[in-house]
Amino acid sequence: MSINQHEIEHVAKLARLSLRDDEKQLFTGQMEAILAYVETLNELNTDGISPTSHAVPMENAFRPDCVTPSIGHDRALANAPDKNETYFRVPPVIE
Amino acid sequence: MKFQPVIGLEVHVQLKTDSKIFCGCSTRFGAEPNLNTCPVCLALPGALPVLNQKVVEFAIMAGLATNCSITPTNIFARKNYFYPDLPKGYQISQFDLPICLAGHLDIAVGDQTKRIGITRIHMEEDAGKLVHGQGGGSGVDLNRAGTPLLEVVSEPDMRTADEAVAYLKKLYQIVTYLGICDGNMEEGSFRCDANISVMPVGSDTFGTRAEIKNVNSFKFVKAAIEYEISRQCELIEDGGKVVQETRLFDPNKGVTRSMRGKEEAHDYRYFPDPDLVPVVISNDWIKRVKGDLPELPETKFNRFLTDYSLPEYDADVLTSSRPLADYFEQCAQSCNNAKSAANWIMGELTRSLNDNGIAVEKSPVSPVQLADLIKLIDGGTISGTIAKKVFEELWKNGGEAAAIVEQQGLAQVSDTGAIETAIDQIMAANMGQVEEYRGGKDKVFGFFVGQVMKAMKGKANPAVVNDLLKQKLAG
Ligand SMILES: [Zn+2]
Repeated sequence: MSINQHEIEHVAKLARLSLRDDEKQLFTGQMEAILAYVETLNELNTDGISPTSHAVPMENAFRPDCVTPSIGHDRALANAPDKNETYFRVPPVIE
Repeated sequence: MKFQPVIGLEVHVQLKTDSKIFCGCSTRFGAEPNLNTCPVCLALPGALPVLNQKVVEFAIMAGLATNCSITPTNIFARKNYFYPDLPKGYQISQFDLPICLAGHLDIAVGDQTKRIGITRIHMEEDAGKLVHGQGGGSGVDLNRAGTPLLEVVSEPDMRTADEAVAYLKKLYQIVTYLGICDGNMEEGSFRCDANISVMPVGSDTFGTRAEIKNVNSFKFVKAAIEYEISRQCELIEDGGKVVQETRLFDPNKGVTRSMRGKEEAHDYRYFPDPDLVPVVISNDWIKRVKGDLPELPETKFNRFLTDYSLPEYDADVLTSSRPLADYFEQCAQSCNNAKSAANWIMGELTRSLNDNGIAVEKSPVSPVQLADLIKLIDGGTISGTIAKKVFEELWKNGGEAAAIVEQQGLAQVSDTGAIETAIDQIMAANMGQVEEYRGGKDKVFGFFVGQVMKAMKGKANPAVVNDLLKQKLAG
């Protein structure tokens, strides 16, 4: 599988990263190498093996529907870079 | 050109759990901003989600009630996107293995039944809420973040706004009957996204669709869909092209408008959430949930037809919500006159409830109080007209129907002596009409009935009045 610079730009945009041209080139090469390495998995025969979603053989970890104490807005906002009353404040969002 | 609209709906049903889907914070609506938060729903580093079992049970209930198959192995997936109301930078949802698949609901279209396919139902968490105008910025309230939702996705099987509303109402009725959703649309407990496209009549290729986000009343859904259909038709007729986009409905202006700036949004890079292990649903579990399902609207409707011999119209109205159906059953069983109970509930009771904006479960007149009133009519103690007065009294001041009748002297007079005296006086005072009647003008009879009832203050037994009048007028 080969990856081009256009895909790097797309992924960077989705991740909200701004890359310089030389970085784009660098990462295109690196990503290509990583994908090529992962590609070796395709050499294995996986017929009849269902896709693995989790590495730990465990299922059905539940909690009952019980309310437990929250930490409250003061502690929730303690590390907020910006706040107004008990809201986190972010740059204006236009819908 | 004639166009055929094609409509599919995605409904977000907020589940009526006490705690959030992945943490123990309360789901209570209306708390002070960010009060109901913890490291999990704030997305603090290292916090781990644990699934609320009730969410799975509720999802199975919804699936069974909408004729879906239940997926044996469920995986939660991360849906990645950035938005200020989404603290983790991803929403925990389900992707390729949703809990319910391939169901349907039947809706009434005119006097026909139409089947609307349900593609899937999946479990997910809600995002937080943004508040605008926060001193030059936007405010983020994460109380709602992590509230459990079911997303119910229909097939594009609807062709008119009315069909869409009928489907929505049916789904609403089911989730509220199941008791898995409080149904409060104003608080956003049941909200709808509509996918709409139009194609030339006769075509089998769907047009490009626009998605209208977050419409939260049946009335607005109808208005939004109708507006969007005409917008797309006009656009195409004027030589334009519908673009695939997200639009918002503005209820004040009755129009939809484009939400710019989300153009690259549909690349969510879903992948299995490693923090949540698979949910395996055994047949036993499904059987247990099935056994605990409450009676659903359709079954109740059919039972009302057979058990109470109600007309279809009555059964339909009375099963429209579970509290109303429960009210009816208690009343009908207590007075043993189902049709009369149905009439009173659909008439006086519903009118009074609506006039005062009261829900039936909070009715000041209980089912038993109403049943006692109906028994007084059936026993001949009071007439229907007097019963309405007694009902008003029950509504305003409570008490017992029999006691009110007694105290206010409202009992019906069947005593022929008193009625005869009244008739004699009225005939004497209206000799002209008596002559007319005897001359063959039958219509005058009604006049006499009215006069007698008036003289008796509405308390005379109508059957006795009729008999006596006929005798006396015959001369
Ligand atoms: Zn929490």
